[in-house]
Amino acid sequence: MVAALLLHFAKGPAARTLALGAAFLELAAAVFAAITYSQNNHAATLGLQLSWIPSAGITFHLGMDGLSLCLVLLTCFLVPIVLATAFRHEEYENPGAFYALVLFMQTGLLGVFTSLDAFLFYFFWEVALIPIYFLAGAWSRAERRIQITFKFFLYTIVGSLFMLAGFVYLYLQTGPAAGSLAAHSADLGAFMSLKLSASEQSWVFWLIFAAFAVKMPIFPFHTWQPDTYTESPAPATMLLSGIMLKMGIYGCLRWLLPVVPLGTSQWQKLIMVLAIIGIVYGAIIAIRQRDMKRLIAYSSLSHVGLMAAGVFSLKITGLQGVVVQMLAHGVNVVGMFLVADAIERRTGSRYLPDLGGLTRRTPLLSVVFLVMLLSTVALPLTGGFVGEFLLLMGVYQYSAWAGAVAGLTIIFSAVYLLRLFQRTMLGPDSTYSDTMTDLSGKELFMFVPLVLAVFWLGLYPATFLHFSEPAINQILLLATR
Amino acid sequence: MLPIVLLSIYGILNLFLGFLRSNRLLLTLMLVVLALIFGVNLLDWNHAGSLSGMLASPYVADMLTVDNYSVAFSGIVLLTALVLLPFSRSYVRLGEPNLAEYYSLLLFSLVGAIMMIGYNHLLMLFVGIEVLSISMYVLAGSDKRNVRSNEAALKYFLQGSFATGILLFGLALLYGATGTFRLAEMAQAIASPTNASLQPMLYIGVLLMLIGIGFKVSAAPFHFWTPDVYEGAPTFFTAFMSTVVKTAGFAAFLKLLVVALPAASPVWLPTIVAMCVLTLLLGNVSATFQTSAKRMLAYSSVSHAGYLLLGLVAGRGQLSGPAAQGIFFYSLAYSVATVAAFGVLKLVADQRQREDYAGLAGLARTNPLLAFAFTVAMLSLAGIPLTGGFFGKFFLFTAVASQGYIGLVVFAVVMSMVGIYYYLRPVIAMYFSPAEPGTAPIEVDSFQSVTLVVLVLLTLALGILPGLVSGLL
Repeated sequence: MVAALLLHFAKGPAARTLALGAAFLELAAAVFAAITYSQNNHAATLGLQLSWIPSAGITFHLGMDGLSLCLVLLTCFLVPIVLATAFRHEEYENPGAFYALVLFMQTGLLGVFTSLDAFLFYFFWEVALIPIYFLAGAWSRAERRIQITFKFFLYTIVGSLFMLAGFVYLYLQTGPAAGSLAAHSADLGAFMSLKLSASEQSWVFWLIFAAFAVKMPIFPFHTWQPDTYTESPAPATMLLSGIMLKMGIYGCLRWLLPVVPLGTSQWQKLIMVLAIIGIVYGAIIAIRQRDMKRLIAYSSLSHVGLMAAGVFSLKITGLQGVVVQMLAHGVNVVGMFLVADAIERRTGSRYLPDLGGLTRRTPLLSVVFLVMLLSTVALPLTGGFVGEFLLLMGVYQYSAWAGAVAGLTIIFSAVYLLRLFQRTMLGPDSTYSDTMTDLSGKELFMFVPLVLAVFWLGLYPATFLHFSEPAINQILLLATR
Repeated sequence: MLPIVLLSIYGILNLFLGFLRSNRLLLTLMLVVLALIFGVNLLDWNHAGSLSGMLASPYVADMLTVDNYSVAFSGIVLLTALVLLPFSRSYVRLGEPNLAEYYSLLLFSLVGAIMMIGYNHLLMLFVGIEVLSISMYVLAGSDKRNVRSNEAALKYFLQGSFATGILLFGLALLYGATGTFRLAEMAQAIASPTNASLQPMLYIGVLLMLIGIGFKVSAAPFHFWTPDVYEGAPTFFTAFMSTVVKTAGFAAFLKLLVVALPAASPVWLPTIVAMCVLTLLLGNVSATFQTSAKRMLAYSSVSHAGYLLLGLVAGRGQLSGPAAQGIFFYSLAYSVATVAAFGVLKLVADQRQREDYAGLAGLARTNPLLAFAFTVAMLSLAGIPLTGGFFGKFFLFTAVASQGYIGLVVFAVVMSMVGIYYYLRPVIAMYFSPAEPGTAPIEVDSFQSVTLVVLVLLTLALGILPGLVSGLL
């Protein structure tokens, strides 16, 4: 079953129907996996273990618990939308390669979310990076694209090399796996049962966290993010912000907290502070932005800070909030970038001073924009609310002051997002007000699932909370041992 | 053993075939013969003798051995030569009058390489190195109307002869200290010295040997000839030098240290560590400042010597286990990627008349296959997952880390980050920069395309299924 999920469509032929078909097939497989999982009483972990590099004790070990399942669902849900966005851009040269890279990226992402072997995880982690580098660079029209994507690539790969070093260190501490010839094992189980001293854990923590911190990105490591988000073509931005960012958070949950619990507790306070700085910093900068995409990028930075704070609160509500918020944020941010792309494609501009009064001719676009926006602001009934509420509760349980400062995120996001809406859709008419066209049928087809997902997450998050609960409980147990 | 015999016989035969004046025939025959010899070499796998006893086991008074170690490394060397050959097509097309001589020298240098890999007696090592080097001196200068090629040959020859002298001196001192040239006997003699006053002689001998071989594999601080020679020599032979010579050199180096000199490790271990650090630093840092892709690859080959030196640090005990495996895997991945890189570069340089990064601009649009093959090669050399280079580095780094050299591994990891920077620059040029207007696509014949596809597939196979070859040694 997992094998079906991981069918490598990467080198698939060019035709867009084929690409979309492949993406839908993966979605179907993911939904099927989810149904099986819930029928199995949320107990069984789906898994696949093949020998990969027998001489080194490294196995091709994939497995899905509830947490992985949520992210696999998110990935498989968003990729068809990303592909559909790419179809709207007729001007892309060599579209076949573009779709192939998106699917290639999906393979990497699914691999990251399901691997249970450290080196397999690292392997997929990088497999996801290579396509996004080319997606962001080769199809971008920005003048500075070379420097920007280069910075992004260097930043992330340096981070992940540190992670690799951390993994190698842990790997060398393990004993042989049962029935294996090799002296060490890289399995997650073997890593979790290591007994390392607190001082060892404290620096191994930073080695591994470096990769996740860059990917998320958390406050001082974020400098690649706004430029990359802004200057990449829309589908690449959606992949980056919607899914790739979750790799960092997922990585923390799966490979950091349970593996180096003592290291985590030593640095918990510092990371919380950084995360909260990220929240406020991102929000304040977002308020001053004039470029739609850049504004959304900084808003994303702010929300990721909150998620990181939730992870390191080490409270059950906080962690469950992270799961819901990962899903909600994925849907919201993709929706927001989709709106920004729709506006930019019609008007040729994404600068707020150029825009305004677009709503008159575009009722549908305004509605979906508003839904995405309010969910990001965390209005009740929407997915964003459930996620942020649980997150803030978790952070509050950790420390009331931290909770209070983190709570500013809601106020700030209301400020900058409503300003965004006001400057684009409302306000005095601009040159585009009369020529603006509303969403086409095809576009509506892309937005409807997103809107539905927002309300599903808002009204009945229990679907996903049930999926992730056993996994989160186990992680928390290991992280606080 | 049989490969050496066949290579020598065909090498001489090939010289006479030159009289037929058909370069096309020469190339075809070379390919067939090399493929055949590659197969013959593999027949010896797991047969400590040769071809199930067709030839009796001790050769040349037991100066050469055939074991899995020598078969594996000879396999790399022969495979490299085989996949490199299609890129000599331009010689065929242009009607190069001396092609038969070039091919014969290539074959003789392969004989030298295999002798270096299989030696059991230090004289055989010396003969192997000389057979290999002398062929290379000539080939480096084969573009005889080009000043740079002449400079390369002369520089290589002068410095190489000097290094040979030092190697020979070291060899003589070792003999003086131990009374034998055979590896196993030498190890015993060092482990239980009969005459303590001979110890200094032994140590000096070891150091001189390190210098001599370090020069051949272009380890710093004996690497200064590398950039000039690699840049000046015709690209085809540069590719050969940077792969075959390095693989054979490291196979010989590891064997010397592990089999003959384990008891002298207090002398050579710190020296190798120092050479390793210096090589990694100079190779990587110098490569970042290059604007010519060929010169960058020359410095990168210096840096790869540094990574391979890491393997020597870990190499204790026998010619199997993590260190030997790591060096084997790394040499294979490095050779495959380097042949692809130089192959593409040769095609571009021949037809666009430039070797700098700007000459590669827009290649993704005009020749997607060339650009893709070059990218895969660069990613492999940089050690990015999905490619063989990643697992090469991974195996070496874990082997060294498990011996407790954490600091050295961290340094090597940092240096490979530097590597990513300069390996990506040609990739950026190919994919993100537009070609100069009016740039024609580069003509690639189908044979070269197939070779490039094979090289790409090999690199990816090593990167996705490293288990195929990682457990061999």
